[in-house]
Amino acid sequence: MSMKILVTVTEVAEVEDEFEVAGDDIAEQYLEYDLNEWDDYAIEEAVQISEENDDVEVVTATIGPERSEETIRMALAKGADRAVRVWDDAIESADYLDTDSKADLLAAVVEEEDPDLVLSGVQSADEANGATGVTLAEKIGFQWAAVVNDLDLDIEGGVASVHRELEGGVEELTDVESPAVLTIQSGINEPRYASLRGIRQAQQKPLDVKTIDDVGLDESVVDSPLAQTSMYEPESEGDATIWSGGPEEEAEQLAEFLRDKGVVDA
Amino acid sequence: MSDVLAVTEHRRGELRDVSLEMVSAGRDLADEMGGDLHLAVISGDVDAYADQVNREGVDAIHTVEYGEEFNHDVYAQAVEQLADDLDAEYVLMPNSVNGLDYAPAVAEGLSLPLVTDVVDFSADGELEVTREQYGGKVETTIEVSEDRAAITTRPAEWPQAEGQGDAEVSAFDADIDESQIQSTVTGFEEVAGGDVDISEAEFLVSIGRGIEEEENLPLIEALVEATDATLSSSRPIVDNGWLPANRQVGQSGKVVTPDVYIAIGISGAVQHVAGMKGADTIVAINTDPNAPIYDLADYGIEDDLFDVVPALIEEFGGEVPDV
Ligand SMILES: Cc1cc2nc3c(=O)[nH]c(=O)nc-3n(C[C@H](O)[C@H](O)[C@H](O)COP(=O)(O)OP(=O)(O)OC[C@H]3O[C@@H](n4cnc5c(N)ncnc54)[C@H](O)[C@@H]3O)c2cc1C
Ligand SMILES: Nc1ncnc2c1ncn2[C@@H]1O[C@H](COP(=O)(O)O)[C@@H](O)[C@H]1O
Repeated sequence: MSMKILVTVTEVAEVEDEFEVAGDDIAEQYLEYDLNEWDDYAIEEAVQISEENDDVEVVTATIGPERSEETIRMALAKGADRAVRVWDDAIESADYLDTDSKADLLAAVVEEEDPDLVLSGVQSADEANGATGVTLAEKIGFQWAAVVNDLDLDIEGGVASVHRELEGGVEELTDVESPAVLTIQSGINEPRYASLRGIRQAQQKPLDVKTIDDVGLDESVVDSPLAQTSMYEPESEGDATIWSGGPEEEAEQLAEFLRDKGVVDA
Repeated sequence: MSDVLAVTEHRRGELRDVSLEMVSAGRDLADEMGGDLHLAVISGDVDAYADQVNREGVDAIHTVEYGEEFNHDVYAQAVEQLADDLDAEYVLMPNSVNGLDYAPAVAEGLSLPLVTDVVDFSADGELEVTREQYGGKVETTIEVSEDRAAITTRPAEWPQAEGQGDAEVSAFDADIDESQIQSTVTGFEEVAGGDVDISEAEFLVSIGRGIEEEENLPLIEALVEATDATLSSSRPIVDNGWLPANRQVGQSGKVVTPDVYIAIGISGAVQHVAGMKGADTIVAINTDPNAPIYDLADYGIEDDLFDVVPALIEEFGGEVPDV
């Protein structure tokens, strides 16, 4: 039985230690881009399923600028078969690309690809909406489960038995009917590093770039009733005493504190 | 009038604390927008839960009797029908793990704009919400130009509501379509057991992603030994399999309340902080002066852990391992 898994993959921006906000975002020179940690786990989960079963295709879907192809190639190097990237001027110039718009675009890709299973990450490390996967599920009429840290797929039976990681060391065991969208939690597996061979092969794998029009939508898809009106560094709520003077002196002050406090007698 | 419908949460027969936070957050929003605060209590022993959330500031409580435990299809249907029935402008849900599982569906089902993990509201004609970005390094304000929205609020950001309320509790007859329930909870499992209980420890040395590699862990273990501390960690260390799950501090790990908590190479993400903010004294060792951990630290060392930790081990007469 052949099967197709679609993995939503996003690149995320990490901020350097020292940075400045310029306008309504952090100035570009302080940002570094990487594959979203949670999507790395989702890719690994999909690739493992494809390795354990015959005839499973893994396709990644990304809404992102050309720069994100570096991230997408990483996913291909780790074993995804093919990639779709959606982008155009209208998306680029959107004021605020909200979850609804992103899910609409991803839903259009799903419609075209017709996957049996969609894996996404619990959250994107930079925006942390934690909402794209379930919104997408509702749009495409798939079942879903959020924050999945264990997955046992019964392909023939059309059921995904998952663990949802709740708060405080408790997991919920749930059976989800497929087709389904699962949002994958970190720790579910051990993401592989891309091998040199994988990286070479990734260059040859198909990466289709599509516009809003190509996926059958019109530009109004990027309109949003939400607008970001400011970004700023919050005033530090803390009043931490900072010990300084180099490692030795700092260690000495901390040691003295620990002895005074009575938690260490050494 | 802009009414607010806030949704409560329970698990395995107990109301969760976040429900009382929803009362405070909901009252806050209702006051900003000038409306009433309605609460939804769904599944399980709804009357008992309704009684517990009947605090000052609540205008009405609606119970939906259906099943025992949380099921996202039941919650989504019940909340959508209630919001329609009440004509509520704002649907407020917790950004808990279960919130992640149904709030986006509610927003989609009601065609409401969705903003998640909100930490503050303000209104100047239009609603503006505050949320964090880039791992808590910056805050953003998001303006909602429609006068309706689905919002999830960050756990532990609002206080638990107090004071006995006198809201009327009424049963809402939701029409739950069973064919729409396509997932089944088959049980629960406790993880992170074992011989060590970090929640009992008085002195925790906690390590995060700043340690970089498993090969560097002996450095921290040497510090733990020299100081007779208990070792704990942030999530990535456990995700990587470098320490067992019972060492993890945070939302999905353990809540700890030691006299002293030393966070080494830990940024202070909200889900980590959820587990350690109750420590009496917090010390951060982190090269990044902008790391959110410094917002709650009492003491800090803004220096490289690979320099500070060896010096600390020597302070206590320990042996610095070769890493
Ligand atoms: C549903 C959900 C539940 C979660 N539950 C938990 C949970 O229970 N517990 C938890 O911890 N996380 C949890 N997380 C993950 C959380 O969001 C963060 O990803 C995680 O806490 C980050 O861990 P960290 O601080 O070790 O790593 P990072 O955020 O990567 O921080 C590493 C820090 O080390 C510092 N550093 C780097 N090198 C050095 C050096 N040489 N010397 C000194 N400092 C250095 C850096 O400046 C940085 O601040 C959860 C996430 C989700 C979505
Ligand atoms: N621009 C994007 N392109 C593709 N997938 C995305 C994008 N943004 C978010 N996602 C997916 O949705 C998940 C949750 O993101 P978020 O809802 O933004 O926290 C991520 O882990 C990705 O799998």
